[in-house]
Amino acid sequence: MNNILNVSPSPHQQSIETTRRLMFGVVIALAPALAASVYFFGLGAIIVTLTSVLSCVAVEYLIQKFILKKEPSISDGSAVVTGLLLAFNVPSNLPVYIIVIGAVISIGVAKMTFGGLGSNPFNPALVGRVFLLVSFPVKMTSWPVPTGFKTGYLDAVTGATPLGIMSEGIKNGETVSALMEKIPSHMQLFYGYMGGSMGEIAAAALIIGGIYLIWKKIITWHIPVSILVTVALFTGILWLADPTKFADPLFHLLTGGIMLGAIFMATDYVTSPMTHKGMIIYGVGIGVITVLIRTWGAYPEGVSFAILIMNAFVPLLNMYIKPKRFGKEVKHG
Amino acid sequence: MFKTFPKGGIHPPENKLTADKPIVVLPVPPQVTVPVSQHIGAPAVPVVEKGTEVKAGQIIAEAKGFVSANIHSPVSGKVNKIDTFVDTTGYKQTAVLIDVQGDEWVETVDRSTTLVKEITMTREQIIERCKECGLVGLGGATFPTHIKMTVPSGKKCDLVIINGVECEPYLTSDHRLMLERGAEVLTGAAIIMKALGVERVIVGIEANKPDAIKHLTDLAAGFQGITIQPLKVKYPQGGEKQLIKACTGREVPSGGLPLDVGVVVQNVGTAYAVYEAVQKNKPLVERVVTVTGKKVKEPGNFQVRIGTPVTSLIEAAGGMPDDTGKVVNGGPMMGKALAMTDVPVTKGTSGIILFPSEESRRAVVQPCIRCGKCSSACAMGLEPWLISVLSEKAMFEKAEEEKITDCMECGACAYTCPAKRPLLDYIRLGKSTVIRMARERITK
Repeated sequence: MNNILNVSPSPHQQSIETTRRLMFGVVIALAPALAASVYFFGLGAIIVTLTSVLSCVAVEYLIQKFILKKEPSISDGSAVVTGLLLAFNVPSNLPVYIIVIGAVISIGVAKMTFGGLGSNPFNPALVGRVFLLVSFPVKMTSWPVPTGFKTGYLDAVTGATPLGIMSEGIKNGETVSALMEKIPSHMQLFYGYMGGSMGEIAAAALIIGGIYLIWKKIITWHIPVSILVTVALFTGILWLADPTKFADPLFHLLTGGIMLGAIFMATDYVTSPMTHKGMIIYGVGIGVITVLIRTWGAYPEGVSFAILIMNAFVPLLNMYIKPKRFGKEVKHG
Repeated sequence: MFKTFPKGGIHPPENKLTADKPIVVLPVPPQVTVPVSQHIGAPAVPVVEKGTEVKAGQIIAEAKGFVSANIHSPVSGKVNKIDTFVDTTGYKQTAVLIDVQGDEWVETVDRSTTLVKEITMTREQIIERCKECGLVGLGGATFPTHIKMTVPSGKKCDLVIINGVECEPYLTSDHRLMLERGAEVLTGAAIIMKALGVERVIVGIEANKPDAIKHLTDLAAGFQGITIQPLKVKYPQGGEKQLIKACTGREVPSGGLPLDVGVVVQNVGTAYAVYEAVQKNKPLVERVVTVTGKKVKEPGNFQVRIGTPVTSLIEAAGGMPDDTGKVVNGGPMMGKALAMTDVPVTKGTSGIILFPSEESRRAVVQPCIRCGKCSSACAMGLEPWLISVLSEKAMFEKAEEEKITDCMECGACAYTCPAKRPLLDYIRLGKSTVIRMARERITK
């Protein structure tokens, strides 16, 4: 009977869910897409991924240890996820030094300057990616062609992405049906047989990861579904209006970064709304901006920009979109 | 078929280790400590003094004021002293210490176990009897039962809900009561129905107690107007507002009471106590307490006299395991941690849970990652992360606008938080401050 009893307010039990488990869950969900990348792009995908993850973790560690002088919190896994997502958003033939710069921007600028995990307004991996896109426009848009596993890295054969072909062709007055001849079939696109950032190509693998995230309750359906439905509806209307000038909705859903963006980038906890209603507004916004950029913008692809723009609205959405309070509508039985 | 409330809720591990352990009646301890405040409201005033000989069932402290309850002696013996003792909340309060001699009861109490189903009393007599017998809600809030049975003018009541949800993990005392004293519980429900002048009773029971659902459904065939409503397992379904919503779809307005939607909710244990008081003239001097824990040798459900030291209960369950790090009075979600076990069982003690030391400490707090899981878990539609931060930053006016006072402190948010933030600690601080501020506004 000599036990010293701990006294604390209730609740006296906590769920087994931790930040680390959630982050690890995201890593597992990214595994199928990573495998697809390695299958299509070979050694380059492995080098890019390792470089990105290691440098993101290292940057976070060094900043916390030597600049902030506090206990490094890299074990929470958030830097690993940022590293993976940064890698997924760049071509698989990107030189190591550019990836390291991307990691410094992602973690150093987009995350740590705002106060680290939980405080950053913009998705760190996307800030890094967009920084690289505007700083190294050529390297960042030289897309290796998916040729099956090979040991080439920097010398990979490159080509345009389906969205690039489409955007360029339409500007030159070609019809969509003629352009479709130059692009792999929808089924091939679904499996990931196309040029693009290393992790964004395999829609099938990304969807498997998304189902895992929803099944494990790491994310809810609201953000991915609202983005994908918006893109499908918006491009569907355009396509019905003029099928010679606008590609079909399925093409839009299977190409570019839309799957990666909708399932993994836009659902980042820190930079997405906290209520389900807010999530849907945010998702619709991302969908609309993506299609606007793809159809009328200077870039063939706009998912990254769309997510970053909507990130900026998240504090507003959190402030004004409230869950329905219990007992707000007075009903008398 | 299984109903539930629509918004929020969590599903913590049930850990109902004692669900199949029949109620064991514990012997009367050599000494009992009976606090004069075992209910919400004003403490009762002792009417005995040192040396007074008392019988079990004899009144020893009288209710004072409108919201209060009588206290009866749970044992026969001699009053040793009236002094201040530490109670289960950790605060000191007045209690009557009685040295037990034999087990002699007041003559008017019927201690036989024969079921008396026929209700002969009038409404007024029932309410008066519940008041005399010191009945309080046994679900945890310990609100005096006779007040809940009196519908204030201007309000209407058309439904009684008997709360057999027992959504707190570990606890099984209500479950066992429904299984072993089902007919008494339903008779109690019928008495409450009569007292309130309503035609209908719904008994809400969660699906993790299929035996209780079946047993009571069979028994309910013999009663007028009683239906058993099976409910999906979800915490905090035992909360009045959630239970009403689950059973009827009616939504108690913010800041309102169940009566605002015509409902009165009573716990299963209370229904049983009402039966004993009305049909057997037995005051509330005993209750069923679950004593449990993953490392406890013989966890069980024990019927004990009020005032029995928690230590004796733990002994009855095989003693305190060596590595016990926390003892909780009540459920793991809303119960209170005890600083010492040498405190008496009171009317509100539904369970004693012994946590091994590895489960007794909170995890390290990490930064909020804005996952929104707390908002999804909140059954009141609040944003725990927000009202917690507002309280932390002392922005209480804003917290009031965000409906912090609607929080029932169920702990679902703090349970579910992956960053292990002490959400409810801050919310409690904010809520109590906001309530104080509101009171000051009125008095000004």
